[in-house]
Amino acid sequence: MAQVEGSVTVSTEILSLSRAMNEGLRKAMEHDSKVVVMGEDVGRLGGVFRVTDGLQKDFGESRVIDTPLAESGIVGTAIGLALRGYRPVCEIQFDGFVFPAFNQITSQLAKMRLRSLGMLELPVVIRIPFGGGIGAAEHHSESPEAYFTHTGGLRVVACSNPSDAYTMIQQAISCPDPVILFEPKRRYWDKAPVDLDLSGAAPLGRAVVAREGEDVTLLAYGPMVKTCLEAAQADGSRSIEVVDIRSLSPLDEATVLSSVRKTGRCVVVHEAPVFSGYGAELAARVTERCFYDLEAPVLRVGGFSTPYPPSRLEDHYLPDLDRVLDAVDRTFAW
Amino acid sequence: MTIDAARGTPRGTVAESPPGLVQLLTPAGERVEHPDYEIDLTAEEIKGLYRDLVIVRRLDTEALALTRQGELAVWPSLRGQEAAQIGSARALLPGDMAFPSYREHGVAWCRGVDPVKVLGSYRGINHAGWDPRKHNLHLPTIVIGSQALHATGYAMGIQRDGAEDAVIVYFGDGATSEGDLNEAFVWSAVQNAPIVFFCQNNQWAISEPSERQSRIPLHRRADGFGFPGVRVDGNDVLACLAVTRKALDGARSGQGPTLVEAFTYRMGAHTTTDDPNRYRLQAEVEAWQLKDPVDRVRAYLLKSRTADQEFLDEVDAEAKEVGADLRRRCLELPDPELDELWDNVYVAEHPLLADERARFTSYLRSFDEVSR
Ligand SMILES: Cc1ncc(C[n+]2csc(CCOP(=O)(O)OP(=O)(O)O)c2C)c(N)n1
Ligand SMILES: [Mg+2]
Repeated sequence: MAQVEGSVTVSTEILSLSRAMNEGLRKAMEHDSKVVVMGEDVGRLGGVFRVTDGLQKDFGESRVIDTPLAESGIVGTAIGLALRGYRPVCEIQFDGFVFPAFNQITSQLAKMRLRSLGMLELPVVIRIPFGGGIGAAEHHSESPEAYFTHTGGLRVVACSNPSDAYTMIQQAISCPDPVILFEPKRRYWDKAPVDLDLSGAAPLGRAVVAREGEDVTLLAYGPMVKTCLEAAQADGSRSIEVVDIRSLSPLDEATVLSSVRKTGRCVVVHEAPVFSGYGAELAARVTERCFYDLEAPVLRVGGFSTPYPPSRLEDHYLPDLDRVLDAVDRTFAW
Repeated sequence: MTIDAARGTPRGTVAESPPGLVQLLTPAGERVEHPDYEIDLTAEEIKGLYRDLVIVRRLDTEALALTRQGELAVWPSLRGQEAAQIGSARALLPGDMAFPSYREHGVAWCRGVDPVKVLGSYRGINHAGWDPRKHNLHLPTIVIGSQALHATGYAMGIQRDGAEDAVIVYFGDGATSEGDLNEAFVWSAVQNAPIVFFCQNNQWAISEPSERQSRIPLHRRADGFGFPGVRVDGNDVLACLAVTRKALDGARSGQGPTLVEAFTYRMGAHTTTDDPNRYRLQAEVEAWQLKDPVDRVRAYLLKSRTADQEFLDEVDAEAKEVGADLRRRCLELPDPELDELWDNVYVAEHPLLADERARFTSYLRSFDEVSR
């Protein structure tokens, strides 16, 4: 909440990503009584990552629902609530547990507006903590975004920092279309200043240049934005630009292409497997749209074509600063 | 965090048990009879069950300590559920197949799995450590409820083989809400599959009490699917053994599935990353402490003179040794080799994986060259 110092309202606060998401949810719930939060352990516990901490206490059990342990049920009933005029915000506890809801998301939620000839709106938000790097057990470290970006009818976004968590959750809730919001779980406890005033915030569908540079563009989203920023910082010899994609679908082509046209080199980074990953779309699109501006092929850095490994191998699987800079080296060696 | 008084009231005290609960050994260690379930065990057999209970609890305690010391990444404790697991798993015959979720360390013990192999996935060195065919214990399943369909299909295979074996599948109270679990109920019913659905109702699914999953006692769900359901005192190893044995016999003799609801309690946190003080009262835990599954067998052994203090001391000493051995060998577990990332993803050679492996290995080697 904004602090009031004397008569001056200070609209910036230092918050963790988890807390910022919590504040954003709270704002949305205060703003619109139709907003309903639902998921496993989101009520009394406040979610396993504490994103919904205190919301049930303040908004009651009918607006913050500890659901039965059934993901298909969570999304399916959210669709029904939306049809009745509510704006459900579903929490899927971990990335690997979204699949029981796959039919409801891809065959039902994504298609319903078109099937209704545009008569229905489905303002459902599905929040999914995603990605690895926390030493977790199986099914707790996955990056399933490509399954959803591959599906027309869904908007897919990913936040990378507390500020975006705060704004994107509110924008997602007010969006009339279904939104899947991927949250970088290993960054939940990272803190940064958050501007509580949304008026200057980038729109939901926009990519942003997170760091300006001249020589090469890194395209990333979610947890890899920080990794790319660190890589850019660590590299003393080249000027590296980092673009935070933020909206995977729709993609903000203008921001991406203008960066690559400027630098002439591009590396795409995500945790998900490279093969058939979202980076394949970025690489193809950049190549098609600015072939003559490129000094080198677009390179991709990401996970392997294997199930996510046991945690003692995850440091090999996950792109890190060295692997990002290795790819940067290769684009210059072309 | 304040707890809503009405919902936080401790449920169940020693005095009252839920209706229809099958019990053969009271919390005080008195043997009681039940018209439908009798059990006739030798002194050695009962002492064997006690040994299992004590050792399994000791292994669990050791694993918790290893987690606190950073040797394991996470641990789902079975504390409180020892009798449900030992009683049911000791009812199995060697040819029967068991499908666990992730908390069935006691079942693994009964199936002859080396306890250190149970730790691997929690140490982050593999996803599962034992040969499912050697122990007739399938791999653990973390995605709630999925294994119930695998178990049902396995049971259908047994049927088609004309074999005498049966299947048991373990899951929690929370799991009963998943679609897969309910589909498994439907499938096994219409196929008349030789399967026992063993639900450990430990009252909690992380922070959600079991009434968030069901308006009726869970065993009564079976009525609607058309097969018998029974609620057993999950802290009574004798009753769990008797009830499971009867259900397995029924499966073997062509009577199809049974749902067993073992009414028990998760004494600890959901896992070591959970803080139950945020959602439940200590008074509830204390009430269940009085129904401890190990204490009541010890009381019975002494009272009935089935065993003496010397035997109890021997078991304690053995458990201590098994625990120390687990610790020792846990610390010796080797970290996985890089190649294990790609090994075993497919049976056949896969060119993409071969390429990834080669490129990444040479990438790593480039660091050696730099440092040389
Ligand atoms: C499909 C799926 N959704 C969510 C989870 C996260 N999760 C792990 S354990 C658990 C609660 C399980 O409760 P219950 O079935 O009662 O088993 P218990 O942990 O009490 O043994 C949840 C929600 C999961 N593992 N799988
Ligand atoms: Mg449970």
